[in-house]
Amino acid sequence: MADNTRELDLDTFRTRFDQKAERSHWMSLHELGDEESFFASVSEEFPQQAVPLNDGVDRRDFVKLMGSSLALAGLSACTVPQEKIVPYVRQPENMVPGKPLFFATAMTLGGVATGVLVESHMGRPTKIEGNPDHPGSMGATDVFTQASILGLYDPDRAKTVRHLGNITTWTNFLGALGTELKPLKDAAGEGIAILTEHVTSPTLGAQMKTLLAALPKARWHQYEPHGRDNDLEGSRLAFGGAFASTWYAFDKADVVVSIDADFLASGPGSVRYARDFMSKRRVRRGTSSANRLYSIETMPTPTGTAADHRLPLKPSEIEKFAFALGGAFGVGPGASLGSEHDAWLKAVAKDLESSRGRSIVIAGPEQPAAVHALAHAINETLGNTGVTVFHSDPIDAAPAIGRESLRQLSADMAAGKVRVLLMVGVNPVFDAPADFGFAAALDKVPFRASLSLYFDETAELCHWHVPQTHYLESWGDARAFDGTTSIVQPLIAPLYNGRDAHELFAILTDDANMPYDIVRNYWKAQKPGLDFEASWNKWLRDGVIEGTALTPRAMPVALGAIAPSNRSGDVEVSFRPDPAVYDGRFANNAWLQELPKPITKLTWDNAALMSPATATKLGLVGDRGLPGEGNEQNLHLWSRRAPVIEIKHGSRALKVAAWVVPGHPDGAITLHTGYGRTRGGSVASPKEKAKGGGFNAYALRTSDALGYAVTQVVIAEGDYQLACTQLHHVMPDDRDIVRSGTLEEFTKNPALAEVHEGPHSGEMSLYPKWESETGYKWGLAVDTTVCTGCNGCVIACHAENNIAIVGKPQVMMGRELHWMRIDTYYKGSMKSPEFSVNQPLMCQHCENAPCEPVCPVEATSHSTEGLNEMTYNRCVGTRYCANNCPYKVRRFNYFQFADWDTESLKLMRNPDVTVRSRGVMEKCSLCVQRINAARIDAEREGRRIRDGEIRTACQAACPTQAIVFGDVADPNSVVSKLKAEPHSYRVLEEVNTNPRTSYLGAVRNKNKEIAG
Amino acid sequence: MEQNNPMSQPPSQSRFDRPPVIAPGHSFGSITDKISSIVLRKDTPKGWILGFGIAFIFVMMMMYAIAWLLMWGVGVWGLNNPVAWGFDITNFVWWVGIGHAGTLISAILLLLKQEWRTSINRFAEAMTLFAVACAGMFPALHTGRPWFDYWLMPYPNTMALWPQFRSPLVWDVFAISTYGTVSFLFWYVGLIPDLATLRDRTEHKGLKIVYGLLAMGWRGSAKHWFRYETAYLLLAGLATPLVVSVHTVVSFDFATSVIPGWHTTFFPPYFVAGAIFSGFAMVLTLAIPIRKAYGLEDFITMRHIENMAKVMLATGLIVAYAYVMEVFFAWYSGNSYEKFLAFDTRPKGPYWWAFWALWTCNIAIPQLLWFKKMRTTPWILWILSIIVNIGMWLERFVIIVTSLHRDYLPSSWGMYDPTKYEYMLFFGTIGLFVALLFLFIRSLPLISIFEMRTLLPEASVHHKEEH
Repeated sequence: MADNTRELDLDTFRTRFDQKAERSHWMSLHELGDEESFFASVSEEFPQQAVPLNDGVDRRDFVKLMGSSLALAGLSACTVPQEKIVPYVRQPENMVPGKPLFFATAMTLGGVATGVLVESHMGRPTKIEGNPDHPGSMGATDVFTQASILGLYDPDRAKTVRHLGNITTWTNFLGALGTELKPLKDAAGEGIAILTEHVTSPTLGAQMKTLLAALPKARWHQYEPHGRDNDLEGSRLAFGGAFASTWYAFDKADVVVSIDADFLASGPGSVRYARDFMSKRRVRRGTSSANRLYSIETMPTPTGTAADHRLPLKPSEIEKFAFALGGAFGVGPGASLGSEHDAWLKAVAKDLESSRGRSIVIAGPEQPAAVHALAHAINETLGNTGVTVFHSDPIDAAPAIGRESLRQLSADMAAGKVRVLLMVGVNPVFDAPADFGFAAALDKVPFRASLSLYFDETAELCHWHVPQTHYLESWGDARAFDGTTSIVQPLIAPLYNGRDAHELFAILTDDANMPYDIVRNYWKAQKPGLDFEASWNKWLRDGVIEGTALTPRAMPVALGAIAPSNRSGDVEVSFRPDPAVYDGRFANNAWLQELPKPITKLTWDNAALMSPATATKLGLVGDRGLPGEGNEQNLHLWSRRAPVIEIKHGSRALKVAAWVVPGHPDGAITLHTGYGRTRGGSVASPKEKAKGGGFNAYALRTSDALGYAVTQVVIAEGDYQLACTQLHHVMPDDRDIVRSGTLEEFTKNPALAEVHEGPHSGEMSLYPKWESETGYKWGLAVDTTVCTGCNGCVIACHAENNIAIVGKPQVMMGRELHWMRIDTYYKGSMKSPEFSVNQPLMCQHCENAPCEPVCPVEATSHSTEGLNEMTYNRCVGTRYCANNCPYKVRRFNYFQFADWDTESLKLMRNPDVTVRSRGVMEKCSLCVQRINAARIDAEREGRRIRDGEIRTACQAACPTQAIVFGDVADPNSVVSKLKAEPHSYRVLEEVNTNPRTSYLGAVRNKNKEIAG
Repeated sequence: MEQNNPMSQPPSQSRFDRPPVIAPGHSFGSITDKISSIVLRKDTPKGWILGFGIAFIFVMMMMYAIAWLLMWGVGVWGLNNPVAWGFDITNFVWWVGIGHAGTLISAILLLLKQEWRTSINRFAEAMTLFAVACAGMFPALHTGRPWFDYWLMPYPNTMALWPQFRSPLVWDVFAISTYGTVSFLFWYVGLIPDLATLRDRTEHKGLKIVYGLLAMGWRGSAKHWFRYETAYLLLAGLATPLVVSVHTVVSFDFATSVIPGWHTTFFPPYFVAGAIFSGFAMVLTLAIPIRKAYGLEDFITMRHIENMAKVMLATGLIVAYAYVMEVFFAWYSGNSYEKFLAFDTRPKGPYWWAFWALWTCNIAIPQLLWFKKMRTTPWILWILSIIVNIGMWLERFVIIVTSLHRDYLPSSWGMYDPTKYEYMLFFGTIGLFVALLFLFIRSLPLISIFEMRTLLPEASVHHKEEH
């Protein structure tokens, strides 16, 4: 410190950082600082940092250092958490290189847990699987869970504590917080506000309880942009003021009426619900009955596509429908629906009536409380409660109506009542209702801090930002939809020195324990009579704490005065969480961004989704033509030049690109939230407009119109590019690609073949028949009846097979690399499709594969067990195979798409799968790495591979078990039995490709009383 | 020769009322002077410099496009998932087809003793060589990892791997490399006597050595001539099947696939006819201006021009028949995918313009060749030949792109929009082709001197006897 000029000149560096902030992201201080003097100053200022060896290294020391560096280089990746974590099956003392371990933990979304098993290679979590023992998973997962592994390794995550945007330390934060809190603590916590997501964690709930007991005037707020507010309010309306959680047993229901609920693909418990629901409609030879689903919804959802009858209604009409349905059972004030849908309603009511005690009426989370209350009352009337519908105490640690909670907080802040605001895992500046003026009110809080994964919109307006740990890095606990509690255990030490809510709140209550001890101590106190260590290990291993499911309670319905909201208009805009980025929290997850959304197949953006008739009415068609009418090119033209509209809701307006969705009701627009991010990572808010980013629907969403808003729409200037992966939905009539029919048709004509099969020569060939040397013949069967098109398989495949992301401009060019896609075809006209069929399509592993003989270098060849194999390092890239593939499932690396440079992404990759280079072809391998792992196990044990022992990534993730892999040479295997079903068919069989993948035709259980 | 007064009456005029293959008034010396002077003149004509300069700019553009391609990958082109081949293979097939006329003229017409071929065979062969060079570039560059292209060759290697002999792309490698080699040998052997002439006539010492080396000691002895004739005939025999086989193999790239629009058994004859059609169109495109610029009307006479126009008409009719049959088969087969392609995608789909432009260029407009007036008016024929060239390019584009962009599963349908790098490479190869032709015209006799001399009445044995 002799030299005064070496003092830390913060202003200079601040200026420099500001200039550098032009860059989208950076790896380390070295890149940002990039000047000797800066590091010199920093090391002077913070002498605890390691002193670099800058001189005096002789040759021997150098060699020693290099040697140990090399030896340790490999270890840097393997930062196992310090605390003892317990693997799911195998004991950790023998970590065998190349052998993954599986650990049970749980991921939460909106506070509700889905149990998962995390595959860990030498300390690196690489893949998420569902936990079969967890009631919310049953071994399957949804897209968010699958993609969360990328969230962990996301290079854009916040990496350091920041104060006013500058890098600082956790200790500094604690110091500043302590100073700020001291006077407030003396005043019983007056002026302290905490904002979290919905919390189900018992430990966190207990911590908050302690905190609020010590500081009774402190305020705890909870908010979720797509939370369970309406469910909770509805339960209060229905049960005389008591909060309740409701869950369903779809495996016991014969008739399900979904009032705007996408229960098969989103929301708490959806993974489990999808499994249960589909267990009643596995149509097999001789099946003559199945459950029946009526879906009343605006935007077609996976649930809607799986429904037997789907009634597209404007948001205001849905509410009316619910009241009318209530009226049919003498519940609530009733409503008249108008002649158009009256017959439909009557038929539904009759069907429900005839299935008393075996039916479910479920209301969607965006439906107002009154509709939830009506659904509870109808279920009660039908005797479903306690049989198929269960009510219990809420799963929330402290149930709160998020909307009102945040309204209160905004008001308090605006009134200057909040002195210290701590926000944990939320981003209200982005996603709060627009009328709360949250950002403006936030400005009045003298000390505001945010703990979150990304330096997001909220972090930007806070004084302090602390990086949050990912759930794979943290300890905790969380409840599933039915209350079952899981311990969340970390798979890896925090990559970026993140902190979690437990640690932060412990500090507020002067609890010196770390999260691990906090969680343990809580559970030790909860279960006093047990051998705690043994139980703890069991809980960690199983991923669930047995006996924690909430007990269903008989809750008498006391329906108060309810009335429809009577908001309606020419154009109603309904707000829904995005099927890929949810409420915006996954906006920086490139896997999810590039995931073709169900139905629309849009990637990288949201859009104003509307029916073809509405688009025509709004005057958007212009010279683009109407998709599906006349020139089939129109959808392509829309994707290149989608019209932009301006939606006006009161004083608020939003310009957004329009997209046409068949099956959407007229006079309504659906806007998915979560897009239009301005901070939060290079993927969430790309600098270049061409890279996507979408439109911020929250700008229109006010607290009185969270579900839908009545708006005016005008055409705006310009157009916008939308990257859609499937530009054709209606196929020429004579193509036998998807087979579908009603259950009645199935009983008459089990093959469901509507089209005369083209001329094909069957097994005729000049070549000798292919025989398997090992006796195994791998094959796949897909049941399109139960496929909801939820995309879980697509992301699972992505994670398992190290598939690269190509970005929006490349998707626009048709170069996405997904090994499997979900093809959605509509039946009926584009204007009012009867229903749609989802067909997951991956490499069909043809026995006469057209791709194989055309490859000039034999880079794609046939294994003796029937796999069509790609040898990446032999591939020259002529792309002949892709041209000659009738299914067009081969994907080509037109550029170096795989990221070979980002360090954190290297940790994420599956070590059993090659990371591909530029210029090579790739495609579904039927998870050959999993086949070989099972083969090694079986050979070591001297046995055959058992049926079901190998599960492909798509199969494992599928909530409805629509995909089955197995040995088709074994007539008793599940896959062989499926292939023997009468409605099993192979796509493009007439091309004589002889594919190993077969599909079961989609069967819908139509109600004869409803036409169409 | 029956005519005994060649100066006043052109040969064969009386019998067929056709223009002669060589204009009257020439002697051995005048032919040699005329043709060799184009090469041996000291000053390079300004027109040559201008033309070559423009072509060279296009070559530089091509180099830029190639550099960009190698740097970033084949993604700089507009190819995508359903359409994995676009301009690359379209251009490849187009160039290979163009080459065919050269081989046909030099080999088949030689064997058929069509002496009118003599004045056009040399530069038609050069055209073949240069077209094959341009063609070869596309398959070599279109791969994802061009630095491994040699894996398509059967060579002993440590991986103990052979190419996949079932793949038409491997057949292509053999077909094109054989074609290139034979065409080069044929062209070179045919050049030897003329190289000797140049050696003898040039006054420049350096050139004497260069032409001398290339002439391989040709002295014009009877033994030389005997050996030469034998070798030339043998090479012609070798080259003859290539005229049919090369484009047959190229057509297998498509015919052996399962894609509607490609999977067609009659592709081989259809492609061969198309190749000759486009080849003659290109010879005309080149011959008409060259003959004018170098005052070679005496050697490339109306007879040549008209004969080539007739070949175009004949092959064009075969091609037209093939187009019609393709549609007929689609209908007759009852195959819904084929029918959709023939009656929906191609005429009405997004590439309808390419389809109708193709039918216009290749079927409708060539019918003008029925009229003698059209066949004998050079500028009209020149425009016609360019239209046919465009039409033949469109034919390959339609076959490749429209078949791929909408095949079996509507979910995978897509569009192909070529990028500027594809245009740059395509026009760059045209530049390369033209630049090479300019170099050839300046440095080698573009018409075979010694063969032209044999066309003179004086060369005829009977003629001498009568004097």
